Amino acid sequence: MSAVASEHEHTDDHHDHGPAKGWMRWIVTTNHKDIGSMYLIFALIMFFVGGTMALIIRAELFEPGMQFVEPQFFNSMTTMHALVMVFGAVMPAFVGFANWMIPMMIGAPDMALPRMNNMSFWMLVAGILMLASTLFMEGGAPASGWTLYPPLVLQTGDALPFAVFSVHLLGISSIMGAINIIATILNMRAPKMSLMQMPLFVWTWLITGFLLIAIMPVFAGAVTMLLTDRFFETSFFDAAGGGDPVLYQHIFWFFGHPEVYVMILPTFGIASTIIPVFARKPLFGYSSMVYATASIAFLSFIVWAHHMFTVGMPISGELFFMYATMIIAVPTGVKIFNWTATMWKGAMTFEAPMLFSIAFVVLFTLGGFTGLMMSIAPVDFQYHDTYFIVAHFHYTLVPASVFILMAGGYFWIPKWTGKMYDERLARLHFWLSAISVNILFFPQHFLGLAGMPRRIPDYATQFSDWNMVSSIGAFIFGFSQLMFVYIVIKTIKGKDCADATDEVWEDAAKHGLEWTLPSPVPYHTFATPPEKIPTEHF
Amino acid sequence: MSTNNEYYIPHKATWPIVGTGGLMIMLAGFANYLNGSSIGSGMMMLGLSIFIVMLGGWFTLQATESEAGMYNKGVGISYRMGMMWFIFSEIMFFAVFFGTLWYTRNLSVPWLADEITGSTLWPNFEDVWPTNGPGNRGGDYEPMGAFGLPLLNTLLLLSSGVTCTWAHHGLLEKNRDQLIKGLAATVGLGFLFVACQALEYHEAYVDMGLTLGSGIYGSTFFMLTGFHGLHVCIGAIILSVVLFRSWKGHFTPENHFAFEAAAWYWHFVDVVWLGLFIFVYLM
Repeated sequence: MSAVASEHEHTDDHHDHGPAKGWMRWIVTTNHKDIGSMYLIFALIMFFVGGTMALIIRAELFEPGMQFVEPQFFNSMTTMHALVMVFGAVMPAFVGFANWMIPMMIGAPDMALPRMNNMSFWMLVAGILMLASTLFMEGGAPASGWTLYPPLVLQTGDALPFAVFSVHLLGISSIMGAINIIATILNMRAPKMSLMQMPLFVWTWLITGFLLIAIMPVFAGAVTMLLTDRFFETSFFDAAGGGDPVLYQHIFWFFGHPEVYVMILPTFGIASTIIPVFARKPLFGYSSMVYATASIAFLSFIVWAHHMFTVGMPISGELFFMYATMIIAVPTGVKIFNWTATMWKGAMTFEAPMLFSIAFVVLFTLGGFTGLMMSIAPVDFQYHDTYFIVAHFHYTLVPASVFILMAGGYFWIPKWTGKMYDERLARLHFWLSAISVNILFFPQHFLGLAGMPRRIPDYATQFSDWNMVSSIGAFIFGFSQLMFVYIVIKTIKGKDCADATDEVWEDAAKHGLEWTLPSPVPYHTFATPPEKIPTEHF
Repeated sequence: MSTNNEYYIPHKATWPIVGTGGLMIMLAGFANYLNGSSIGSGMMMLGLSIFIVMLGGWFTLQATESEAGMYNKGVGISYRMGMMWFIFSEIMFFAVFFGTLWYTRNLSVPWLADEITGSTLWPNFEDVWPTNGPGNRGGDYEPMGAFGLPLLNTLLLLSSGVTCTWAHHGLLEKNRDQLIKGLAATVGLGFLFVACQALEYHEAYVDMGLTLGSGIYGSTFFMLTGFHGLHVCIGAIILSVVLFRSWKGHFTPENHFAFEAAAWYWHFVDVVWLGLFIFVYLM
């Protein structure tokens, strides 16, 4: 009997093909699909947490004068909104897509380092919990803006060390995630897939992973110096001791500029994956897309001081950072033209993922142009720290990164669940989002050009009208996003939803390995590498 | 290029959540401690203990699996890539503090003493290095020279790099005696380095008036050498684990990722020290 039992256990161990039972499955899982789902769900929750903070900001700014919150709390909201959206929503969402899709796109059985994959997710949760805990502390959450500039941030109450350590935890999480993604891409590809045959989402994540490993330790070092300046008597950012607060800004933006590209490069990758499928054409200029991505990543390391034009810099510094910044428009333009050329004379259809992607191309271009305006140093003197910059980076993050996250969600959820989402509702979600996002952010250009400073709870009355319009847009946009949650839950439940075919989208299997798998996709895929890889693009 | 045939995919990892919990409790405890809360130090110790248990458990698991032959060549490549990129992230971490040193010495201290700022705010402040700033932060101090303990420490670390490579040759040539002796010497030299640095810090604080609070010079000096010392400790602990495993008979000339990772890490710590010796002590 005992021999039989042990043999049974033995076989059981080797046929561990399904998920573990019970809630512990999610705590101890090493499966890239489970971890990808956890990242995506976590990011979606944080999207609404950060969004609630944004609505508090917009409610306060609906009219001039103080309405709902204290100025200190208002500043905490602008700070926490940014930190939660960057580190809790957008970055984890892209890591979630990477976890789900990269192994399936390159024909790998899982991520290269599955245990570390689990740890990077839980480190993220720990970091965000620690960050969120500062909201309830003596002296309030950090209220210095997400850049955490000294000396202002050193006046934070009990929250300061918690904020610093949350950055450390989030950094560890990002570095582990990035190492895992790079090792997976370089070491786990199907033998027949060369580097220049990888889907662009894989390429953009390879480069993004490199950026993350290079910059997260820099941010960790910067906040460590904040901690020692506050608690251990160092003088890094204190002129009386020979230090310099501007040094913090240099270090922060050496991290910060590549960081914003961490949020946009995977966006480019997903857009380059979706547009060819719905244009029914191969991607135009595949190799130029790869080189453009690499160029943008390289340039991101030598433009940081364009965030600091007004802080005081030698004129040679102003000029260098101005021209280097303008050069970024070249590889970015290559991408915009390539997407347009991909759609040119294509047999296009306009399902929700494609609608979001087209809106991304148009509205990201707008955000890019305002960036080009501000790259001109003397012009930036006028715009610096006004609502113009707020409008600029929200155009590059909301109708670009967030729209593409929505597009990716609609694009791949039929593959994940085996069910088609409700196309009618998804298109409604798109139109509500696309219209309201412009009502929300476009007037902020006017406010900024007219001189309204950012990060203030009250303003002069001449700014009233456009602020009111912007706030109305914000509430429409915010509540429209609940539709996404409804559509996703409906698709996962699967009642009243059509079954998805294996290919999901017409002829999609030409465009990527993930569409050659069954829908819903099995728990383990590509235990053996695929024999053939799609060659449509190359 | 691909190696995913029979790639080992582990299931049900319990150590990651334990380690995350431990680290989070430790850091929350440290933050509470800094805020003057009485539960802070207790939380720190608890978190640290959990973290150490996790390290022990996870290392044991990996060693057992490795010795059971569960890792093929592909897994080994993934581990090596992981270690290389981890070391790259550490290089970037040290780059921040080297960059800070460069910035203050070449830009911000001269600006503080130039004709615009200096003559209006601090007419007596001069652009010299070392400095504790126009505010004379931390009071008078004596800068740390290069040719006492620091030079000795340079020799110690460089020799430990040699013994580490000697041990590696022993491993490759199946000379287990040489492997164990070489590793033991490396670990010994590493801890000797840490002891010398402790002595150096003691001298600085007690006899020379040089502290973390001695303006930008004290800040950069202790931050750079302190983080390096911490990394020497981590490296020496990793090497001790590898020494213990060698003594237990682990590793073959073909399969010894843990040894390689520890050696890479040790050489990285070594190179950082050379940078420190040149830019912090000599120049």
